[in-house]
Amino acid sequence: MIAEIGHFALVLALCVALAQSVLPLVGAARGDSALMAFAKPAALAQFALVALAFGCLTYSFVVSDFTVRNVVMNSHSAKPLLYKVSGTWGNHEGSMVLWSLILGLFGALVAGFGRNLPPGLKARTLAVQGMIGVAFLAFIVFTSNPFERVFPPPTDGRDLNPLLQDPGLAFHPPFLYVGYVGFSIVFAFAMAALIEGRVDAAWARWVRPWTLAAWSALTLGIALGSWWAYYELGWGGWWYWDPVENASFMPWLVGAALLHSAIVAEKRDALKTWTILLSILAFALSLVGTFLVRSGVLTSVHAFAVDPARGIFILAILVAAIGGSLAMYAWRAPMLKGGGLFQPVSREGALVFNNVILATAAATVFIGTLYPLFLEALGGAKVSVGPPFFNATFVPLMIPLLLAVSAGPMLGWKRADLAGALQRLRAAMVVSLVVVAAAYWFADRRSVYAALGMGLAAWLFFGALVEWAERVRLFRAPMGTVWSRAANLPRASWGMTIAHAGLGLVVMGIAGVTAWQTEVIRVARTGDAFDVAGYKFVFKGVTRDEGPNYHIARGTFEVYRNEKLYAVMAPERRFFPVAGMSTTETAIRTNLLADLYATIGDPESAAQTGNIPAFLAPVTPQTAWTVRIYHNPLVPWIWLGACTMVLGGLVSLTDRRHRVGAPARVRPTDTVASPAE
Amino acid sequence: MKRLLFLLPLALFAVLAGYFYAGLQRDPAEIPSALIDKPVPEFALAPVAGVGKPGLSTATLKGDVSLVNVFASWCPPCRVEHPLLVRLSRESDVPIYGLNYKDKAEDARRWLAELGNPYRAIGWDFENRVAIDFGVYGAPETFVIDRKGTIRHRHVGAITPDLLDKTLLPLVQKLRAEP
Repeated sequence: MIAEIGHFALVLALCVALAQSVLPLVGAARGDSALMAFAKPAALAQFALVALAFGCLTYSFVVSDFTVRNVVMNSHSAKPLLYKVSGTWGNHEGSMVLWSLILGLFGALVAGFGRNLPPGLKARTLAVQGMIGVAFLAFIVFTSNPFERVFPPPTDGRDLNPLLQDPGLAFHPPFLYVGYVGFSIVFAFAMAALIEGRVDAAWARWVRPWTLAAWSALTLGIALGSWWAYYELGWGGWWYWDPVENASFMPWLVGAALLHSAIVAEKRDALKTWTILLSILAFALSLVGTFLVRSGVLTSVHAFAVDPARGIFILAILVAAIGGSLAMYAWRAPMLKGGGLFQPVSREGALVFNNVILATAAATVFIGTLYPLFLEALGGAKVSVGPPFFNATFVPLMIPLLLAVSAGPMLGWKRADLAGALQRLRAAMVVSLVVVAAAYWFADRRSVYAALGMGLAAWLFFGALVEWAERVRLFRAPMGTVWSRAANLPRASWGMTIAHAGLGLVVMGIAGVTAWQTEVIRVARTGDAFDVAGYKFVFKGVTRDEGPNYHIARGTFEVYRNEKLYAVMAPERRFFPVAGMSTTETAIRTNLLADLYATIGDPESAAQTGNIPAFLAPVTPQTAWTVRIYHNPLVPWIWLGACTMVLGGLVSLTDRRHRVGAPARVRPTDTVASPAE
Repeated sequence: MKRLLFLLPLALFAVLAGYFYAGLQRDPAEIPSALIDKPVPEFALAPVAGVGKPGLSTATLKGDVSLVNVFASWCPPCRVEHPLLVRLSRESDVPIYGLNYKDKAEDARRWLAELGNPYRAIGWDFENRVAIDFGVYGAPETFVIDRKGTIRHRHVGAITPDLLDKTLLPLVQKLRAEP
């Protein structure tokens, strides 16, 4: 009954979305305000219906309704409640419903809060959003019905892929989807602007908060995914350039470019066609990301469903959405009038530089990710493009960008004085050089690159602080003035400082762990002691235990620092008999400057018997086990920095100017001279 | 000229969509074998005790176009494809050879007694020696071997009627026509 209600709600949502995608467009073309006004209730109804369907599906998972095929395939009655809930989107059908839910949510937000949007723009934006809704709801209803029944119902389910039974991954897809789908609104705005044939500063101001929200959520989603890969896969790495990681990274890069180009469009009325193109590309790459994960066009560990019929359907969505919008772009964009002119050395120039590099970087990742597909289609061999390609292309591209990040905000609009800007950044420069020297002399004399990486990170971090200090006239004006300037500093400006400083932390984390990681892979018997980066590890053997729906082999290490017990680490291997799969649970001990990271492998001379993995084979206390220990300096800063960037995005979102429709507050005491960003 | 520039993204996307379409046409489960167009590995396997069919060796596979089917009693997809093989052995003269993969002899014997035996000869590969040389990924797999004893095709997974009619049998016909 509940499942049927859910199914019915989905079909109804599809009907509503169809009406939403047609009627408001007709209304806007004819100037019929009643038809245009239809967009709002339609968007709200579409969201409510998809939310109902999603609720029904979640309910089926929570009560373990094994008459629903999707629950049978992806759940188990012994699973903890959190993973019953996250199982809702831990599979192909459910994740598509989540996609539609978030799509509906964004549509409803625009409908609900976009009171001050011009009615034509709002109607057209919601209509485009409705079209995307039609595509995805039709995909669900016709190829991926999550409410399909199964008869006779089995007594228990087949369990969720145990790799997904993890708190980090339970929340990774929702954030990622908020990011992906958030770009759909920006896309809808861009299409509406092309239909109207007008892009102005007001348009750019409406687009920016949605871009910011989507980009921040995507940042968090990617960070969660990377953190999960770090502690769950057990290889001590935090980024693998896996096709699916890249699929989320490409819209992130383009979204970051869009975030910056929209500033130019808003403040200077320039780069308009480029901003429109980026809006289209950010969403196009989100769709391609979905396509890559869902269709099996690139084989990857992440791919849930390999089904050519679905692949063709998604490809049709891609061609309609991306092909259609790019055709629209080719037709209408040349008619848009260009705005303000500027010199190469200026704030606009710096933002163009940012855009060129981010777009090139996205293109590089794109080519690297899809190269195997291109080659195979041409009859070549199956190849995989690995980290060496990306390290050789992506990293060098990033260096000039990162160098420019600190200088850009110091430049004025239209025409700027680069020497003067650098002059004002002296303090950051001096600190960075000191960091380079210190990293070289004290930490590691083998690697010049590591020292330069640290210097670059310091340049970003302190450059952001110096820019902020400039703005509030720190150390130049009396404290009272500084205080009032800081209080009056636009939130968007605070957001930029925080986000750029966060980027500095990320770079420092990456440089640190890349240059100074210690890896020890060895065979250990109970009582063996060995040294890892100045810590003494004593292996205390492996014990067996039982979890709610898995068997455990747990290794124990005592870790000594200067002959004192520093930590006890207990990495596990888990076997999920229902799914027939194993996972690695690493033990991580962090002091926020570095992580100690331990995993256990298999016992020596034991083999898999039937589907019982080797680590559960009978062993004696004398049996030797493979163990892997890593010392990862600065690695926590990668995620700390990413969260800081998200915080910067959120702070910027609270800026009054971004609140669509908020009346501009006149501040007579506003002494901040230049508009911040 | 400027117009053309605005058309560029669309043109690039059209090319990309073509590649995506081509990518969807291939079977993601198809694993290319490094052994295609290579002679079968040198091997000689004992028969499965008590079945009454000879064992399998490299020499058996020369002289006629044949199918080599990797099977095991513990493998459910093998059970699915088995009736097809039995029918093929009755209705055509294509020799089918079995490679019994990581299986106990009595299990294999019981399995063949229950489902029928389509194989002219069966090699008992309990220790997974020969299957490794063939690059076997898991049971079932089927190889098409030509007259000279060269591996010409590999299929991973259960054989379907469609696959048999549209791929394997036409290939056998074609290879038989070769000198």
